[in-house]
Amino acid sequence: DIRLLCACTCLGGDERRVDSRTIYVGHRSGSPNEAIIPPKFCDNRIVSSKYTVWNFLPKNLFEQFRRIANFYFLIIFLVQVRTVDTPTSPVTSGLPLFFVITVTAIKQGYEDWLRHKADNEVNKYPVTVLEDGRRIRKESEKIKVGDVVEVEEDETFPCDLILLQSSRDDDTCFVTTASLDGESNHKVRCTALLDLESLNATIECEQPQPDLYKFVGRMHIYTNNQEPAVRSLGPENLLLKGATLKNTQKICGVAVYTGMETKMALNYQGKSQKRSAVEKSINAFLLVYLCILVSKALVCTTLKYVWQSKPGQDEPWYNEKTQREKDTNLVSMFTDFLSFMVLFNFIIPVSMYVTVEMQKFLGSFFITWDKDFFDPEIKEGALVNTSDLNEELGQVEYVFTDKTGTLTQNNMEFIECCIDGFQYKYRDASSELDGFCVTDGPVNKLQQKAGREREELFLRALCLCHTVQVKESTEQKVVPPPEEQRGFIASSPDEVALVKGAMRYGFTFLGLESKTMKILNRNNDVEMYELLHVLNFDPVRRRMSVIVRSRSGDTLLFCKGADSSIFPRVRQEEVERIRMHVERNATEGYRTLCVAYKHLSAEEYAQADKGLREARLALQDREEKLMAVYNQVETGMSLIGATAVEDRLQEEAAETMEALQGAGIKIWVLTGDKMETAKSTCYACRLFQRNTELLELTVRTLEDGGRRREERLHELLIEYHKKAVLNLNLFLCSCCRSWSSANQDYGFIIDGATLSMVLNTSSESNSSRYKNLFLQICQNCTTVLCCRMAPLQKAQIVKMVKNSKGSPITLSIGDGANDVSMILEAHVGIGIKGKEGRQAVRNSDYAIPKLKHLKKLLLAHGHLYYVRIAHLVQYFFYKNLCFILPQFLYQFFCGYSQQPLYDAAYLTMYNICFTSMPILAYSLLEQHICIEILLDNATLYREIAKNAMLRWGPFLYWTLLGVFHGLLFFFGVRYLFSNPALQDNGQVFGNWSYGTIVFTVLVFTVTLKLALDTRHWTWINHFVIWGSLAFYVFFSFFWGGIIWPFLRQQRLYFVFANMLSSVSAWLVIILLILLSLLPEILLVVFRKPRGPHARQVELKHTYTA
Amino acid sequence: MMASSYNAKDEDGHITVSGPGGGTLRSKKPENTAFKQQRLPAWQPILTAGTVLPAFFIIGLIFIPIGIGLYVTSNNIKEFEIDYTGVDMSSPCFNCSQNFSWNSTRPCTCTIPFYLDQPYENNVFMYYGLSNFYQNHRRYVKSRDDSQLNGDLESLMKPSKECEPYAYHENKPIAPCGAIANSMFNGEPVSCCAHQTHSSFHLYLICLFTSLADTLELFYNDPNGTKIQIPMTATGIAWWTDKHVKFRNPTDNANLTAVFQGTTKPVNWRRPVYELDTDPQNNGFINEDFIVWMRTAALPTFRKLYRIIPKKNSMVPTLLRGNYTLEVVYNYPVRSFEGRKRMILSTISWMGGKNPFLGIAYITVGSVCFFLGVVLLIIHHKYGNRNNSADIAN
Repeated sequence: DIRLLCACTCLGGDERRVDSRTIYVGHRSGSPNEAIIPPKFCDNRIVSSKYTVWNFLPKNLFEQFRRIANFYFLIIFLVQVRTVDTPTSPVTSGLPLFFVITVTAIKQGYEDWLRHKADNEVNKYPVTVLEDGRRIRKESEKIKVGDVVEVEEDETFPCDLILLQSSRDDDTCFVTTASLDGESNHKVRCTALLDLESLNATIECEQPQPDLYKFVGRMHIYTNNQEPAVRSLGPENLLLKGATLKNTQKICGVAVYTGMETKMALNYQGKSQKRSAVEKSINAFLLVYLCILVSKALVCTTLKYVWQSKPGQDEPWYNEKTQREKDTNLVSMFTDFLSFMVLFNFIIPVSMYVTVEMQKFLGSFFITWDKDFFDPEIKEGALVNTSDLNEELGQVEYVFTDKTGTLTQNNMEFIECCIDGFQYKYRDASSELDGFCVTDGPVNKLQQKAGREREELFLRALCLCHTVQVKESTEQKVVPPPEEQRGFIASSPDEVALVKGAMRYGFTFLGLESKTMKILNRNNDVEMYELLHVLNFDPVRRRMSVIVRSRSGDTLLFCKGADSSIFPRVRQEEVERIRMHVERNATEGYRTLCVAYKHLSAEEYAQADKGLREARLALQDREEKLMAVYNQVETGMSLIGATAVEDRLQEEAAETMEALQGAGIKIWVLTGDKMETAKSTCYACRLFQRNTELLELTVRTLEDGGRRREERLHELLIEYHKKAVLNLNLFLCSCCRSWSSANQDYGFIIDGATLSMVLNTSSESNSSRYKNLFLQICQNCTTVLCCRMAPLQKAQIVKMVKNSKGSPITLSIGDGANDVSMILEAHVGIGIKGKEGRQAVRNSDYAIPKLKHLKKLLLAHGHLYYVRIAHLVQYFFYKNLCFILPQFLYQFFCGYSQQPLYDAAYLTMYNICFTSMPILAYSLLEQHICIEILLDNATLYREIAKNAMLRWGPFLYWTLLGVFHGLLFFFGVRYLFSNPALQDNGQVFGNWSYGTIVFTVLVFTVTLKLALDTRHWTWINHFVIWGSLAFYVFFSFFWGGIIWPFLRQQRLYFVFANMLSSVSAWLVIILLILLSLLPEILLVVFRKPRGPHARQVELKHTYTA
Repeated sequence: MMASSYNAKDEDGHITVSGPGGGTLRSKKPENTAFKQQRLPAWQPILTAGTVLPAFFIIGLIFIPIGIGLYVTSNNIKEFEIDYTGVDMSSPCFNCSQNFSWNSTRPCTCTIPFYLDQPYENNVFMYYGLSNFYQNHRRYVKSRDDSQLNGDLESLMKPSKECEPYAYHENKPIAPCGAIANSMFNGEPVSCCAHQTHSSFHLYLICLFTSLADTLELFYNDPNGTKIQIPMTATGIAWWTDKHVKFRNPTDNANLTAVFQGTTKPVNWRRPVYELDTDPQNNGFINEDFIVWMRTAALPTFRKLYRIIPKKNSMVPTLLRGNYTLEVVYNYPVRSFEGRKRMILSTISWMGGKNPFLGIAYITVGSVCFFLGVVLLIIHHKYGNRNNSADIAN
């Protein structure tokens, strides 16, 4: 039937949509009588670049104008160009747009050039390909699927290869996949076969898929027209592109996936774009301003026609229309509307987007630069993967944290074990190094211990049942190095802890050599075990096993795993003795594992062996089949004992959690660990306090009542809801004044099984109701603990909270691959550069070395970023409102003729040069409260919670301020101009002087307003604020000082200088600036004292009082 | 296919800025500089009631005197305004305003008597004022060609498109082109008599007037009954930079008539631009009346400087108290758009013309500041401490 399947795939080879692909190793046909139809695979070129020289311009422009704001500005620009009659020259809006587009294009072009360069480097890398026995040097991009490639030590693999031959004796090679998943340990890969010269084989494997750890394939080896031999291929045979060959001189492999189909390329996908809440606010404000814009244009258009309907107004004799204007009278209403839109379009500034982007990009450097985030242990600081979410760090309401490796160090230490119900606690004293001595080894109340045989069986089990490697020292030592220096490498730190623990009791694991495990036992004899099978650990089974054959010929199965997965598989009478210990250890916060073993008779083994081999060869549903065999084998075992491993808390974990809770952040612990362990961690982290009332919703509480689980669930949910939600509300109503003292803290505990019951109840109506109840309970609890969670469930929880009422901002923090889903799901994903590889870091938005850094990241950086960007956004809208409002008001005095108040140069430069730099500097440097104070007083974080500075209230305030200023500027100058003879020689000022005075007041007021808001004046702020004002003055002189040869109209010629020669103009400018800032200053008096020092003083008072 | 899905990451067109470091591992310890650690030395001003209150008093104390000074100055400025539009039957100019016709070659004149109840010292400035005249209408404002006015020969013959429909007349370029020039209000009545200088003392009815412009003449009615014409200068009424840089005749020395050959006068003008004045320094584009008119007003009601009545000596007021007569050559039609025409006599101070606004504004702002200062001081003094203690208790 294998042949049949092969034929099928061969037939279907032309279609690309088949499940598997067939590869002819070395392009030799499988059976000699078959002609090769070389299937077409993509070449080995990596293309990560987006553009080519030819398509750059159109493609990039298209991409840029897909953005709604850019598109809006383009439309405005086109209206200006195409419409006959526009008030401002197209340059005024075209120039900023051009600037933005160009800068973005240059940036993207540069990035793409870098990508091209990187691509070329990879694609042109020389590789050695074996063709018909000859070694040919080729460029990497020329590798085709089926080529046999030779790779030497420390080289990276040019494509995904199936290992055929290794220079090592044991047919293995070592690779490190640091650039793929960050795991820097050496991994073993096994060859598929030895004989390369006369190899005639085909490989059948699945189509490319991105999972790095999955590969299913099969090799058919043809020898002299015999029935082809079949070998199974798994991930252990696959060398991934991007990984590096280590400890091995050279290998040969056949290319199976090339170019864009390699697993690395498939994995190199961007994360989905996360948007911050600030961006949503900006869009909302944008809509408001768009409405203001449209309504302004509508009002003006309407009034224009009202005004024109009076005789003599529309076309007085002194101001006749051109013939064309007369002709286009019919559509003029529409063009008038467009003209007004163009005139007022500056109210929505292009430059805001540039400034916001710059602020985010530059601002995020402060995170990477922060030396407090530097961890001397791993010699790394924080990492910023996206700068779009900086301000979101100041808005976090829910923190979802992983337990292992995040709250705890993932630095496992063997604490104690229990063998046959007797407790063995290792005393840390050097005298006991030799072991397990009868007198002081076991610390048991009963001073008893299990029989020596059981002890040794247990320790052997610990030494054998794992996937730990011994780190190879460079020089071969005859004597094994002292145990403390002995290095073990394992995917899970628990295993290392267990092996080290066994070592303390006298059993040392020496290593695995060609399927033989060597153990140094207490008597310093070397025991050898042949490793027959490893039944890998996976989070669903929560256990792993090995099958070994001892020298004496016994076949043994050792299994270790979580109590819940072991207990049902062992004899029940043994369970009771151990269970007590396991539960006690769990409550103490240790990680417990149970160890069991089983003798396999020859028949049993043969059966198991057959089952395992068959399952491993399966192309389809291999996982499921393997699982079935595993379950079958791992039954009827006998329990030997249990281990307890301590996972220490991270540095300052408790302080960090306390600070976050003080900041009003709700913390949810999502872990795959047992409830007891997780609960004790929560207590240790002070997430649960002594007086916290715990509401448990776990399998155990559900089974308590002895009724159906669904009923009990319903009952409990209602009860907890009453407790947590209704009582709290009652509290709030009855005793608002002293509620803080009477407030009862609730903690909620739920486990994975119950959660899935809550979320997927059979009846539809209940499902949403339960979910609601559950959410409401959780939201009223200070801490929620979710244990026994599968990775996907973690994401589910995050998603549920994220989409709940009020759409709170969520943050996920984790260090392992199992946290990736929740990191990607949450608004902000934080990776910890922990021990469990780099997946979390790669998928996160920010990565920090330690949990304790989260405090500063949120309380200081997040707070500051939020305040900065919120102020930036509000200020931008404000300054453009009071910029355009006078222009709007001027329409009432110029016959609604779209006459601009300001000169085109001012219109263009206002947002680009005159007012852009101070706000940018502010938004990068402002510290309205010192970092230290922010860190010391977590409650300050609450002040900006729920987007406080970008809500409609502050927005209204800023808008009103803008309106007030706009009115003031315009009418102040209007009354001054009731007599335009403002110079002491009797000469008069015209409309451009009018506009220039308004503009001068505007620039100064807007800049000084920012100066008033600035609480942290560094020299940069000084330089930029006073510099912009000086630049404005300088520019005005310059612009008005020359007859510009390319301009047809010299509107501003000496207008500014003449304005300054008028005392009245000076006086009105000073008056208006002061008057506009007066309310601001007045508010200061009524507000609480502000400023970093003031805050400090105030707090000091608080403390002393 | 593959490539596009592979690149799909930042395609939504946003300026996606990948964070610093861009995913590369940084094993370097961050530099401990003040800037990078956000510890730049900074001045951190504390704005409290204590610091702001004195500011209120200072503002008040500075503004009130300035305001009083401004107010007094403005009040001391003498200003006399007369509307000679002639809308009322009783107005002397009623007939002129009614009988306006575009083709009339006979000027209409009217004489308006008025009485100055106080003497005007120093230089007295005569303005003409127009109301409901939209000099700031966009179509109007842009209807000019500054390069033509700057003496560019090419633009002289090829006026800018902006001047439409006042760019060409009978296929000849108009100099100066545009609506602004075309609708010039005031004009120098060039007399037919050769002995006349640029400043005209007399109004010669028989002379042709140059444009569709009003001409204003002022006479003092001596108590003896004689009518003495007040001498007025027409120089120094335009911005110096306008007169000397912005506005240039195509060539400085040559015969203007020859230079403007091939162009035609604005439609509403009766004389070409090179006949605005006999004085070559005030003729053509650099005629100051013309320059003043070309500076478009900010608001539909505006005044422009017309003439300066120079002071004689310090002993005698420039304009004595008494009866005066304003003689108007009434040419400028404003009735069609319900406009008004005024003549204003005004003295000037350091702050310009009469305008009580600034003074009042300064006094108001100053007093408000002072008042607020007092009120706040009381509040602060009385309740400040208690508030603080309340805050602390919370």
